Amino acid sequence: MPELLWLIPALPLLGFIVLVAAGSRLSRRTVAIVGTGSVGIAAALSIFLGTGFLAYPPLSHHYSQTLWTWIDLGDFRPSISFYLDPLSLVMVFVVTVVGFLIHLYSTEFMSEEEGYSRFFAYMNLFVGSMLILVLADNLLLLYLGWEGVGLCSYLLIGFWYKDTANGKAAMKAFIVTRIGDTAMAVGLFLIFVNLRTLNIQEVMQKALQSWPESSALAVAAAALLLGGALGKSAQLPLQTWLPDAMAGPTPVSALIHAATMVTAGVYLIARTNVLFTLAPVVQEAVAIIGALTLLLAGFSALTQHDIKRVLAYSTISQIGYMFLALGVGAWSAAIFHFMTHAFFKALLFLGAGSVILALEDEHNMFKMGGLRTELPVTFRTFLIGAASLSALPLVTAGFYSKDLIIWSSWSSDKGGPLLWAAGFAGALLTSLYTFRMVFLTFFGEKKGVVNKRPGIRMKIPLVILAALSIVGGFVELPRTLGNFPAFSGFLNTVLPPVETAHGDLSLEAIMQIGASLLSILGIYAAYILFLKRRRYTEELGIVPISQAIHRFWFSGWGFDWLYDRLFVRPFFWAARINRDDFIDLIYAGVAWYNRFLHRALSLTQSGRIRWYAAGITLGAIITIGIAVIL
Amino acid sequence: MILILLILIPFAGGLLSWLLSRWSDKWPRWLSLVAVGLDLALAFSLWIGHRSSLYFIGKETWIAEVKIKWIPGLGIGFHLAMDGLSLLMVMLTAFLGIMSVAASWTEIRERVGFFHFNLMWSLAGIVGVFLSLDLFLFYFFWELMLVPMYFLIALWGHERRIYAAVKFFIFTQLSGLLMLASILGLYFAHGQSTGTFTFDYEQLLGTTMSSTKALFLMLGFVIAFLVKLPAVPFHTWLPDAHTEAPTAGSVILAGLLLKTGAYGLLRFAVPLFPGTASDFSNIAMVLGVAGILYGAMLAFAQRDFKRLVAYTSVSHMGFVLLGIFAGNALALQGAVIQIICHGVSTGALFIIVGALQERIHSRDLEKMGGLWTVAPRIGGAGLFFALASLGLPGLGNFVGEFLVLAGAYAVNPGLTVVATVGLVAATLYSLWMVQGAFFGPRKEGPKVPDFGAREMSVVLLMMAVIVWIGIYPRPIIKAATRTVNTLRQTVGPVQSNKKATQPSSPGGNYDPQ
Repeated sequence: MPELLWLIPALPLLGFIVLVAAGSRLSRRTVAIVGTGSVGIAAALSIFLGTGFLAYPPLSHHYSQTLWTWIDLGDFRPSISFYLDPLSLVMVFVVTVVGFLIHLYSTEFMSEEEGYSRFFAYMNLFVGSMLILVLADNLLLLYLGWEGVGLCSYLLIGFWYKDTANGKAAMKAFIVTRIGDTAMAVGLFLIFVNLRTLNIQEVMQKALQSWPESSALAVAAAALLLGGALGKSAQLPLQTWLPDAMAGPTPVSALIHAATMVTAGVYLIARTNVLFTLAPVVQEAVAIIGALTLLLAGFSALTQHDIKRVLAYSTISQIGYMFLALGVGAWSAAIFHFMTHAFFKALLFLGAGSVILALEDEHNMFKMGGLRTELPVTFRTFLIGAASLSALPLVTAGFYSKDLIIWSSWSSDKGGPLLWAAGFAGALLTSLYTFRMVFLTFFGEKKGVVNKRPGIRMKIPLVILAALSIVGGFVELPRTLGNFPAFSGFLNTVLPPVETAHGDLSLEAIMQIGASLLSILGIYAAYILFLKRRRYTEELGIVPISQAIHRFWFSGWGFDWLYDRLFVRPFFWAARINRDDFIDLIYAGVAWYNRFLHRALSLTQSGRIRWYAAGITLGAIITIGIAVIL
Repeated sequence: MILILLILIPFAGGLLSWLLSRWSDKWPRWLSLVAVGLDLALAFSLWIGHRSSLYFIGKETWIAEVKIKWIPGLGIGFHLAMDGLSLLMVMLTAFLGIMSVAASWTEIRERVGFFHFNLMWSLAGIVGVFLSLDLFLFYFFWELMLVPMYFLIALWGHERRIYAAVKFFIFTQLSGLLMLASILGLYFAHGQSTGTFTFDYEQLLGTTMSSTKALFLMLGFVIAFLVKLPAVPFHTWLPDAHTEAPTAGSVILAGLLLKTGAYGLLRFAVPLFPGTASDFSNIAMVLGVAGILYGAMLAFAQRDFKRLVAYTSVSHMGFVLLGIFAGNALALQGAVIQIICHGVSTGALFIIVGALQERIHSRDLEKMGGLWTVAPRIGGAGLFFALASLGLPGLGNFVGEFLVLAGAYAVNPGLTVVATVGLVAATLYSLWMVQGAFFGPRKEGPKVPDFGAREMSVVLLMMAVIVWIGIYPRPIIKAATRTVNTLRQTVGPVQSNKKATQPSSPGGNYDPQ
């Protein structure tokens, strides 16, 4: 059965090849079948393999399969091999299942668009690359998937290429993430040169043997990999590309910029957790970056008008939670939150997509409103997603995963009051901005005319994802509520459990109740501020100081402004000023000098006897003069 | 004998093309295609025949050799030989030869016979350079490939072709003269120390001489090769020559002529002066990194599509220079792969730019835009090779760059980190290029027909090569293994001595086996 493993990434790639080769000649129906079918079969296969894995766990806790040796140069022997263990199984499951649902949704969502086959070709390439990323058994192959998903992100953000703004957003995304990727590439050089392997399991073993904790090499290796993770997962200071990435079609945002690709950084850190344990400084940095990002992005989400940008900032913020978890050593909590987040965030994006489609490409929430009755399925599922994102206690998946992170950031030996406070405060922010969005979009007076209602192919994914956003959390129940740690138990062969320092059961219960109240408080505040008493916010909007803060948060804390002046403009300036290459001027100078001499000498050849005679006389005098003096 | 044929076939093909062009323009095209096709088939048969022996390190260095007395009184012989490296180079030459003939099918309409004559003779000269083992003969071919190239640029080029052709000629001619002086210097140095005056490469290896003399002689070679490569600050002939040349000329310039510089470093400069070369390696690596970054930045600044592609060559050849002088197996193999992939991918980009110019009569990126809508095949091909040049994993250029950088990291981590920034810079210019030409709104302009079957098969073949090397580069690595190992053995001991005297330099070369 494990022999089928290679098919999981191969099927979407095959779909990509078919669509690229024959896409323009196929009917839309065939394109949809090829595009969705390839991912669907991959999803079925991964469920099949996963069931087998659960039913008969392999003794070594993993399946692996080598297709061929990629490069063979002495001990540099990365191969094209796949490695399926509980961690990659979770990733594969989420990528294929959520991917399939989003493909299905897109068959309807994109049906009016030009470039239908191009869209599905890119989407299939994305799923294939993402699967290579999570299944790779060595860092070089992982890097291949890593760059592949980056490429697809670029291509899909710029899908509507006729608008230059989309192209710019796409380039920004690719370039900013590539900065992180470059750090990661240097990390690979460092790891290979010092450990003589890129195989992930061997790297971790050898690192444990040869690198003492906090040694310079371990810290450098972890920091460089973190660089890659920060770019891909849009964390401080490389987060600026994600809000602009919303220029792409909404299913793309759901799949790439919410559910899967942007969490690749979380996967990378969890996958190489040993390196981070060996470098406590870097791991602490992960926690701090996560905490800061989740707050900063939360505030920004609170001020956006564009429904997709709210979700984008929310994604950055939620990945901040995952980084916080990784930073305090709660590896499986991070993966748990990755999974639930994939469900509810994909759901929210797809819901937003059907709203945007219904209102003819309207993104501004202040021009929406009252859609509750017009789009009942979208509304109900969106509400479930929002509740899950806000961690509404007991009934939503988001509650269980986020609560685990907040608790771990206190109880872990690497946690602390400040990290905990950030996560705790973030809970309030999250439910506030989430329900601001819900109330503005679905409640209040009707502002737009609904032109298009979602059909069955859009509704099915919404309903399934809504169901997953609720039940997805029940695989891991805290000690206070049934003590059923199935998810972390499943992952514990790969991801070590949290090192608990403060494990008081009653404290855990109190904190859970506190966080729950906070979440409900956020929802209530949003209800007051954005539905019941709109004038509060309107009055607040007139005060200059709050306007300034609003602008500052709205623009994402001025990072774009800063980078523009620090990097973009100086680079453009330097490039423009040297367009003609100053080195060439030196050669041009030599050429000019020669031509000058040539002209000067040719002037002497005037054809006048007088001048020649004078020249001869002068020359003779000088020669004699020299001879006499010497 | 097969080696002589490899050179003779394009020579004869060129002559015949010229002669038969009296009757029809079709003759030179088909004849040239057949000639380079034959060359490729011959080279391929050699590869198949020696597939396994290339890999194992045996006594025998060459897979084929021809040694004929030519001017024995002066120690000049007609000595050709082929090892894995030259085999790969000859295959690349024939492959790109086919591509450039096919790409010029409709572009060249005037003096078709003479055009193909020049094209074929230039290719023959290049094959000669890759096969010569007698320094006199090498110099002969080195000059021989230059003259037809001059005509290609000056006669069939674009607006500023005379300027570009003269500049190209002066740069390469002057640096060639330096090399000639060095060849003669080496000839006499060897003659004085051993009594035999010879130009034969194998005998000249290991000539003893004072270190100052070795330095000056090596610099003569190295400068000639660096100009050809080109390395900063000798690169300024390249953008003009590449931009003004007709498509086939640009393909051969970027794909092959630059490679003769890299080949010269690998075959002559480093093995003939191993100690001096490794003393020089730090400077060369810095020049390589400077080229990577400076070339990328200049590429980004260009508005002229073709000039942009030309500058990317400066950047990519910086990786080759870095790899050659990093000197370990990883970096050397990376340099070889980069040589091949750069030849193919940049050649393809020139073919695409040429096709665009044929259609819209402009190379100005600011006047293009939105071409994807009307010509999705050209757009797709352009995107593919832009991705290759930014080093996307899965494509051959990535393998080359990654190996070079990983190898260089073992020798000089700090410099390698700077070089890696080149990957970001490459992203900038590649995306800029794609955005400028293919995306954005479609501006008014003439109708743009998409790639036809001929052009499509050309770019598809080139794509196939890039993907093949990207996911299965082992045949290339195997073919170059013996050459690389010999190189490491000549350079290796000196490097380890150096490491002992300079403990500050980290890494060094390591044994990959």
